[in-house]
Amino acid sequence: MAAALRTPGQPRALLGALLGGAFGFGLVVALRAISGLPIFDTDPTDYPHIVVPAVTAPLGYLVGLGCFDYWFRWAAGAPTVPDDHSQHGAHSWRDYFKFNTDHKVIGIQYVVTSFFFFFVGGAIAMVMRAELAQPGTQIVDPGVFNGLFSTHAALMIFVFVIPVFAGLANYVLPLMIGAPDMAFPRLNGLSFWMLPIAGVLFLTSFLVPGGAFDAGWTGYAPLSTGAPLGQSFFNLGVQFAGASSVATALNFLVTIITMRAPGMNFWRLPLLVWANLSTSLLVVAATPFIAGVQFMVLFDRALDTNFFQPDAGGDVISYQHIFWFYSHPAVYIMMLPGFGIISEVISTHSRKPIFGYRLMALALIGIVVLSYTVWAHHMFVSGMFSWLRVPMMITTLLIAVPTGIKVFSWLGTLFGSVMHLYSTAMLFSLGFIVTFTIGGISGVMLGMVPIDIHVSDTYFIVAHIHFVLFGGSVFTIFAGVYHWFPKMTGRMYDERLGRVHFWLTTVGMLGSFIPMHWIGMEGMPRRVADYSAQFGDWNLIISCFAFLLGAAQLIFLYNMIVSWRFGPRAPGNPWRAKTIEWQVSSPPPIFNFPDIPRVVGGPYEFGVPGAKHAIMPGDEEGADVKQPEPTVAGSAT
Amino acid sequence: MTRATLVRMVGAMLALTVVISVVMLQFDWNGVAGSTEADEIDLLLDVMIVLSSFVYSIVLVMLGYSIWRYRAKPGDESDGEPIHGNTKLEIAWTMIPTVIVLTAAAYSWVILDRIEAREPDRLQVDVTAQQFAWRFEYPDQQVTSTELHVPVDRQVEFSMQALDVIHSFWVPEWRMKKDVVPGLTTHITATPDREGNYSVVCTELCGIGHATMRAPVVVETQEEFDAWIAEQEGEEGAGGAGGPAGEAGGAAEEPSEEAAAGEQIFTESGCSGCHTLAAAGSTADIGPDLDEVLAQRTPDEIEQSIVDPDSQLSPGFGAGIMPDTFSDSLDEEQLKALVAYLTDSTAGTK
Repeated sequence: MAAALRTPGQPRALLGALLGGAFGFGLVVALRAISGLPIFDTDPTDYPHIVVPAVTAPLGYLVGLGCFDYWFRWAAGAPTVPDDHSQHGAHSWRDYFKFNTDHKVIGIQYVVTSFFFFFVGGAIAMVMRAELAQPGTQIVDPGVFNGLFSTHAALMIFVFVIPVFAGLANYVLPLMIGAPDMAFPRLNGLSFWMLPIAGVLFLTSFLVPGGAFDAGWTGYAPLSTGAPLGQSFFNLGVQFAGASSVATALNFLVTIITMRAPGMNFWRLPLLVWANLSTSLLVVAATPFIAGVQFMVLFDRALDTNFFQPDAGGDVISYQHIFWFYSHPAVYIMMLPGFGIISEVISTHSRKPIFGYRLMALALIGIVVLSYTVWAHHMFVSGMFSWLRVPMMITTLLIAVPTGIKVFSWLGTLFGSVMHLYSTAMLFSLGFIVTFTIGGISGVMLGMVPIDIHVSDTYFIVAHIHFVLFGGSVFTIFAGVYHWFPKMTGRMYDERLGRVHFWLTTVGMLGSFIPMHWIGMEGMPRRVADYSAQFGDWNLIISCFAFLLGAAQLIFLYNMIVSWRFGPRAPGNPWRAKTIEWQVSSPPPIFNFPDIPRVVGGPYEFGVPGAKHAIMPGDEEGADVKQPEPTVAGSAT
Repeated sequence: MTRATLVRMVGAMLALTVVISVVMLQFDWNGVAGSTEADEIDLLLDVMIVLSSFVYSIVLVMLGYSIWRYRAKPGDESDGEPIHGNTKLEIAWTMIPTVIVLTAAAYSWVILDRIEAREPDRLQVDVTAQQFAWRFEYPDQQVTSTELHVPVDRQVEFSMQALDVIHSFWVPEWRMKKDVVPGLTTHITATPDREGNYSVVCTELCGIGHATMRAPVVVETQEEFDAWIAEQEGEEGAGGAGGPAGEAGGAAEEPSEEAAAGEQIFTESGCSGCHTLAAAGSTADIGPDLDEVLAQRTPDEIEQSIVDPDSQLSPGFGAGIMPDTFSDSLDEEQLKALVAYLTDSTAGTK
């Protein structure tokens, strides 16, 4: 026991959290006692004796887990081994609960953790749909309902969609560019462990006085600055999620720029790598804005600063400008990696090179640039300076052009292809084109100021964001998970269950979110527990489809768990793909390659006689690829 | 691809465009149109429906054709044609959408200018929003109400302020919406052109009572509107409520007079948006039922609970739900009247 508390791991992490929390609590109590303030009696927005430990306990947890051990030793001048691999790779399932520096272990940690929060967020959505099935309030009261939709959105955005993409890319990106790992493996491990902390903070807010944060995931001031304690947990959770994604984005940038295999020039990068390069450019520059603005709200709440207090000279609208300066790029942070996945999946499963590869890459960069110039389209009715609306409308509509290029290029790729429709990954990619295009079209409509004036903050918006985030992002996530499942686990999944999952998800998704368009246009505002009786029938229908959608995800869960444990062994390259990650065993060996591959051509040279993307070590004369024994991934033994 | 296939595909795209557009244009998606602005916005929407149907038809036809034509047979392990792109086609699907969206943007801008054009003889209404109630003042007529009455076929300019958090003013039938922001005065105009009863709906999340923060809207003829204004003026004069209460100081000594003024303050300040009170006919359940909780309280305690709501919480209701702005928004006189009214109307229910 004593040894477990000395070596890095969960027992020491819990001790660290306890000590960290106690330190923060003691600090507050001592300082308040010295200042002569009442120790526990504070305003509902303050509670420093809970907020400060909510910062120090997670930090203590990270220290205890061992995220900083190496750096501390190095900083203290203690002996360190630069290529110490003791925390690298997984030998049993227990290693997934420890600090690890292997990008493949971290990738799986990311994906599994974020899917855990996906199911929690989904369960919350089911409660909301049960409440909304009828007008009036039946199951939860309006205050609780406000907490439910706020938490649902925060979980889905900050600890599901954004990190699950980072997790998939963490696993496959170094393999794709022929690198042995990410550029900064220890930073990579730290990035991951900040993620569950963010999710736990969001969920803990349900337990504190005043209930969960209930000002929406947008947390507009001054509703958020005056909200009870739960809001502070949102402010802090966003810090951990944000720090995690900034660190990961830096890691991706350095990895992509400096660690490409010989011959892997930028025009030979798989589009998933291009997509993560673009996403990382957005994350590093935009995320600090939301981190900053949530600190400003926290300070307004806890320290009585006046950033957004109108009575004291604060400016309410400036919250929205700073918030959306991050959160509009964030919708592309949640979409571009998905574009990358779709390109990989469509090219591989339709046996054809991507149509217009270079324009596809340039379109990503075009979206990155434009996405910084459109944030105020969320604020057409906010009362901001009205001149800004028309320029932002034009840039918003223009961003449909690079997005359209991508859709047309995928369709061009399908033309003359050999399309393998029995593949679940392919079905989700085609489904994505159908649903995401609807979300794109409603997005263009929302970009037009006169239409936006009518439908903003109505269920039309709810429909639109779910078409782009569920019909868009989540469909690409499923496509990616199915596509790389054999690579990550070394097992094949059940395609039949996969297809059932696809069809039920598509029917549930369309049935849930299509009618939301018209109830919004007809007058139902968003974020309400109760609504006018005229919308009762449609809401009942929406709720039924939503339950179908929820149930369909249980099929996915069953398929993943059972296939991971009992599925047939996966060959190295079940899809006969060209990119490098498929040229090694499934799962890949511990440092990916015995020797770095040499890249000699484009990534999607299907149907080109004699074309090769990469020459693998030991493959010089076309001999069979010889690889060391694969390591164990999860419960794959 | 042969020329005949291309022609057939383009034909299918156009046919599908027509089918989708015709079906979609059968519905009044935005519901009843009750203002001149609504007609403009609905026209823009219709144009967008046709344009979107065309774009979506291209996607569906290309996708459907590919699935039908290029589906792999079981066991087929061949590769597709190694086509890497087509520069002319790529330039086309960059430039054509650019032209389309820029045209659409220009058209939206024209519509925007039209719906925001100001008429010289517009009616002024000052709107005050607070958790969770609306109040409307007619500065030229010196009238205040919790109902919004406007004459038909005359532009109305709403100048809006919020007392606590952000709210949003929306009458769905008018299609016009603008946030009501603390610390700012925001403006919006609408020209109702259809008589009837509608609602102001709050569309910006403003707290626990957001879903039920509504106010009735009556669009009526100029004569009916004038009559309503006259009626309101009469009531204010007789009741001695609000601002003029001080002038009727002598009469305010009489408890029942004071309580009558209090009743008006109760509805105008938004109390009835959250609380049940039999005497005022309100049945909301966001805050405690006043008939129950006030019966046990002294006037001083009631006053305390209005200005500092969290000082004494009723079971089942958390801190921070009720706005703590009433000490600012009500003056001494009004507060006294409100307390008197609440004491009177709940005393009997002990």
